[in-house]
Amino acid sequence: MTPVLQLKGITKRFPGVLANDHIDLTLNEGEILALLGENGAGKSTLMNILYGLYQPDEGEIYVRGQKITVHSPLDAIRAGIGMVHQHFMLIPVFTVTENVMLGAETVRMGDFLDREKTAQRIREISERYHLEVDPYAYVRDLPVGVQQRVEIIKLLFREADILIFDEPTAVLTPQEADELFVIMRELVKQGKSIIFITHKLREVLEISDRIMVIRRGKVVGETTPAEADKAKLAEMMVGRTVRLEVEKEIAKAGEVVLEVRDLVVADAQKQITVDGVSFDVRAGEILGVAGVQGNGQTELVEAVTGLRHPISGTIRLLGEDVTHATPRKITELGCAHVPEDRQRDGLVLTFPVSDNIALCTYYKPPFARGIRIQEQEILKTAEKLIQDFDIRTPGPLVNVGNLSGGNQQKVIVAREFSRPIRLLVASQPTRGLDVGSIEYIHKRIVEKRDEGCAVLLVSSELDEIMELSDRIAVMYRGKIVAIVPAEQATKNYIGLLMAGVSPEQAGAPQVGERVVESTL
Amino acid sequence: MSENKPKQDAGKVFLEEVTGQSEEAQRIKGWRKTGRTLVVPLLAIFTGLVFGAIFIVVTSEDVYAAFRVSFGSGMATVWKTIIQSYQALFTGALGDPARIISALQSGNPLEIRRAVNPILESLVNATPYIFAGLAVALGFRSGLFNIGVEGQLFIGAAAATAVGIFVKGLPQIIHAPLAFLAGALGGALWGFIPGWLKAKTGAHEVINTIMMNWIAFRLTEWLLSGPLTRPGSGGLPISPIIEKSAEIPQFFPPPIRFHLGFFIALAFAYAVHWLLFKTTWGFDLRTVGANPNAAKYAGMNITKNIVLAMTLSGALAGMAGANQILAVNRSMALGLSPGYGFDSIALALLGNSTPMGVVLASLLFGALRNGATRMELLYIPNDIISIIQALILAFVAAPAIIRTIYRIRVPKEAEEAVFTGSWGGGNK
Amino acid sequence: MATSTIVIHRKKVEVISPTRQRATGIIEILLGVLIFLFFRRTEPGMVARFVMTPGGLDRGAAPDWLIPAYSTLLVLAILTVILGLVQVWRGFGRWMNLVLSVVVGLTVFSFLTWATAGKSLNLVGMLSAAILLGVPIILGAFSGVLSERAGVVNIAIEGMMLMAAMVGALVGSVTKNMWVGLLAAMLSSMLLALIHGVLSIHYKINQIISGTVINIFSAGLSSYLSAKFLQTYQQLNNPPIFPRIPIPLLADIPVIGPLFFNTNLFVYIMLISLIVIQVALFSTRWGLRLRAVGEHPKAADTLGINVFATRYMAVLLSGLMAGIGGAFFTLGSVGRFDEMMTAGKGFIGLAAMIFGNWTPLGAFGAGLLFGFADSVATKLTILGTGIPTQFMAMAPYIVTMIVLAGVVGRGQMPAADGTPYEKE
Repeated sequence: MTPVLQLKGITKRFPGVLANDHIDLTLNEGEILALLGENGAGKSTLMNILYGLYQPDEGEIYVRGQKITVHSPLDAIRAGIGMVHQHFMLIPVFTVTENVMLGAETVRMGDFLDREKTAQRIREISERYHLEVDPYAYVRDLPVGVQQRVEIIKLLFREADILIFDEPTAVLTPQEADELFVIMRELVKQGKSIIFITHKLREVLEISDRIMVIRRGKVVGETTPAEADKAKLAEMMVGRTVRLEVEKEIAKAGEVVLEVRDLVVADAQKQITVDGVSFDVRAGEILGVAGVQGNGQTELVEAVTGLRHPISGTIRLLGEDVTHATPRKITELGCAHVPEDRQRDGLVLTFPVSDNIALCTYYKPPFARGIRIQEQEILKTAEKLIQDFDIRTPGPLVNVGNLSGGNQQKVIVAREFSRPIRLLVASQPTRGLDVGSIEYIHKRIVEKRDEGCAVLLVSSELDEIMELSDRIAVMYRGKIVAIVPAEQATKNYIGLLMAGVSPEQAGAPQVGERVVESTL
Repeated sequence: MSENKPKQDAGKVFLEEVTGQSEEAQRIKGWRKTGRTLVVPLLAIFTGLVFGAIFIVVTSEDVYAAFRVSFGSGMATVWKTIIQSYQALFTGALGDPARIISALQSGNPLEIRRAVNPILESLVNATPYIFAGLAVALGFRSGLFNIGVEGQLFIGAAAATAVGIFVKGLPQIIHAPLAFLAGALGGALWGFIPGWLKAKTGAHEVINTIMMNWIAFRLTEWLLSGPLTRPGSGGLPISPIIEKSAEIPQFFPPPIRFHLGFFIALAFAYAVHWLLFKTTWGFDLRTVGANPNAAKYAGMNITKNIVLAMTLSGALAGMAGANQILAVNRSMALGLSPGYGFDSIALALLGNSTPMGVVLASLLFGALRNGATRMELLYIPNDIISIIQALILAFVAAPAIIRTIYRIRVPKEAEEAVFTGSWGGGNK
Repeated sequence: MATSTIVIHRKKVEVISPTRQRATGIIEILLGVLIFLFFRRTEPGMVARFVMTPGGLDRGAAPDWLIPAYSTLLVLAILTVILGLVQVWRGFGRWMNLVLSVVVGLTVFSFLTWATAGKSLNLVGMLSAAILLGVPIILGAFSGVLSERAGVVNIAIEGMMLMAAMVGALVGSVTKNMWVGLLAAMLSSMLLALIHGVLSIHYKINQIISGTVINIFSAGLSSYLSAKFLQTYQQLNNPPIFPRIPIPLLADIPVIGPLFFNTNLFVYIMLISLIVIQVALFSTRWGLRLRAVGEHPKAADTLGINVFATRYMAVLLSGLMAGIGGAFFTLGSVGRFDEMMTAGKGFIGLAAMIFGNWTPLGAFGAGLLFGFADSVATKLTILGTGIPTQFMAMAPYIVTMIVLAGVVGRGQMPAADGTPYEKE
């Protein structure tokens, strides 16, 4: 039988990078092929080529044995290829119907939109594939999981039979992810073929029929879930043995450094996103905050670091009330902050590395005398930290925007960790980084803990939370539903809490017990 | 790689977008670098002048008449027209070299002054450009697009005029600075309002400064036909002549208008440079401009800095207006500015938003404006300068056009700049 | 089958902030006090005579409207204060903005009644002038709506209108044909729009800068050609003007007839454009795609919509609208070109677009309002109220700033407005 899709020798060069190096790929009808690779390995580039967003420098694409050229997404759509993008391609102010019909509108009387006809088709598709959605809802009002469904409906509306899912679980709870997998199974059963892009080993083993691993733009191997295990996949992906666990001693928790009581915070849209949260972080321990993105973690961190004013409640840092303190005051009390979005908050991309290193302390000696900036002092410090933290840059005067993601994060870590600090707030510290960088950052965080620093770690990667934390707080809809000691936490239990199942229903976990997947 | 590509966020790349230059490019020293950064502006100016010549030729009746005679005489007239026009522009802007030399030889001070007057007059023309260009550049550096320089200039001029007329009996050493300060404060107020609105409500400063421009025009119209009108002007919107004591002194007897204001402008150029690049306040302003989120994260006060930047920018624009009243016109009329405010956007871009660059670009624009008066004798309306300035602005803002025309390769560091490869396990 | 959904619900703190609610109420009370001040300056028995037939027209006549100023003003003052008090007390909820507009309308009406008390004012004449003054503003606003809905900021409306006005006068004079003049005017501003498009879409330069280029360029070029030719040779600056075209039957309706159906071609074009653009933007495939490009160009691109082509088309249509608006100055009203004759109308158009929340209907309403302010300004001197006309002329700009500041509810700008699209 001819494969549904074949890629032969796809090569793509960007200035200075070989993103895809003669990649061959075969997708058979009715299978789920997982494309596994680290961030930056070239998976997304390959899929963007297939979808017509990039043009390959070399290589050929065959659909059902026929050679096609894909110059634009339109060509891909015509060939039956559809893609669920990592960042949803939905227009928030449009309705579901308008989003689905866009580019393939049903019209009457020339050019007038026939919304009802499309809505009818959406209802049919919803029913057939169990994708519940209201065709006339505005996308901006829908939760993330439903938005993803709209993306899938968009493809089915166009009758695509080759579906590409680009990191689809990044924004989902483990339970939502499981639901997505059910949908994917259903799609395959009805004759669709799926390419599933991810860097999460668990998901690959769970859902795929076949696994292809890409490293640094090259295919490094193919396997099946039956033949592989996590360790083997990780090794293929990274190219060396990876320690999946962080080595750390049992925490020696000291006095309370950060004390949060009954904290209520609203987001920019004036919606309550942190709803009465209380916790302590002690010196020498890591408190991990688990939760699906958008359950209030962002606002919690912003409130703690002074970037957002709480509505009520108190925050105390080393006994001092900092509920309404400015970020600068909190920084000066010894709080370091690794922000969630390094390019948005943590760095000035158009400034050189040196100025970014001085970003939080530029106004103090030795960097400033009065109001005069001491450029030489800043340069000297920058050069030293570039050495100490092994930042790969041609020099301190190169703009930070020109560094790789990992090196950018290292500039932040260098800046924040090189100060005398008592509290470290790290939010999604390894998002989008390669395994090497992740290991490095994890090591540094544990080091800080061992030096007696209190660490508040927020991450939507459950693995990261489980590996690093001494205690785990789970956030759901703005509340902390439970704080669990690390040794009692199982992934399933935490996952259920993240999904909003109450601790009683989730069943208090016992060490080593695997909670049955009863809810599904 | 696609995953590592910095996000193309409008705010983040704002400065690079408007200046076409990165901070890094300005820091790396060396002649090769300087040469390269100058190539595009210089070619933009040159190309603007070439297009200007084409306009002059195409709209010249002599040329059409000559072509009717024969192709040869047509082409000859084309050359003659271009050379005559630009000769007039040149001597109008910088003086007649032969006359300057003979004046120097004669040693007659009056004759020397007259011969070099065109240069001095160009400096007089450049002065409001320097102030206005600094206003826009300071805004750009702080991430703000102050398109309201024209309105701030009018309010500054009106404030300076008011102090110049109504305050009486002060010595010049106090009165003139006071009037100048009033101009700066007037402009500062006009910059403060959109700055404050931006900081407090997020209302975009571009739209608000445009609105403030028109409010300023209407307000000055009212002032000049009401409280500030010249008695006996018969309803013409013109103010009385300011007190002698409020004048910024001119160095030579009339008709030479070269005045102290030029040096005040240079002093402010240096002050802006020092403020922006050598002080913590400037670091605040530039960080807020380059990435407000990071600035907030670093503990800077966004509101304060946006308001400060717009206020300072407005003050500089107000100084441009005050300077024109106190040093040149000595009274206020509606034709105060031939569009200094909008031309200053071109100046700031041409000067890469650095004070030094603004000064150089202002000298050029001042010379063009001044030289254009000589071109009018050839029946070429001085609006040709606006056309040339618009073209220069387009070429500086889109260097790709210049690169295409002259087939210049993209500077190599654009490619070198991508550093991939990470540490840790990434390397072999 | 597990199709249970996990939905993240959030509590809404509230819909309208109490501060805004109270501020609105206080504004309404102040307006009521203002009306009361008007009342205090009238005397019992004073009658305001509003003439309802414009001068020089014999079709669509209506009897004059006589209003007892004293009692009317008192009633309106009390009514407005009561509305304001209710607003402060408990608020009108989602009717808040409607009540506010009613109050503003009553204030304007009271002002006119006071100004006319004991005199007579041709109200329909003034409204008709308001519409004509509003034509370039509204067409300019449509120009802005078209381009900004596709994500290209257009602050060059003023420059495009100026150029079109000059070219319309020049070509109209040379050919002695107003239609050819109009066509040339449209082409000239579309050419400028094309330059704006190339600079901001192809070269991706900052759209404000690109707009400034166009504004400086067209001010320079139109003044240059005007100084060199139009002022020297008067026969080059004497175009024919579009006459008044009465529409049969409709023109005879009192009040409405003279205002909308016995008027200039440009008013008809404006009304037709309003309907066409409003329907096209929100009910057709064309409009859906155009708006998609302005909201999320990448999403549109992934669905096979050509972002660049759509934006070019929108910008060209924007130029077309501005061109008609510009031609109105020389071919529709004045009959000659003067340097800088658009005098900021393009920027008021921009303001009307913002005030009208980036919709054709809203822009139309805002443009009428601004035209009305203009027309009141010219009447102020005649009525001898002592209020400088310049202050009325400032009103549109000030109102726009107030709207932008979110005092009366913030507008919804297209999400990708002003951002160049980078195809990867």
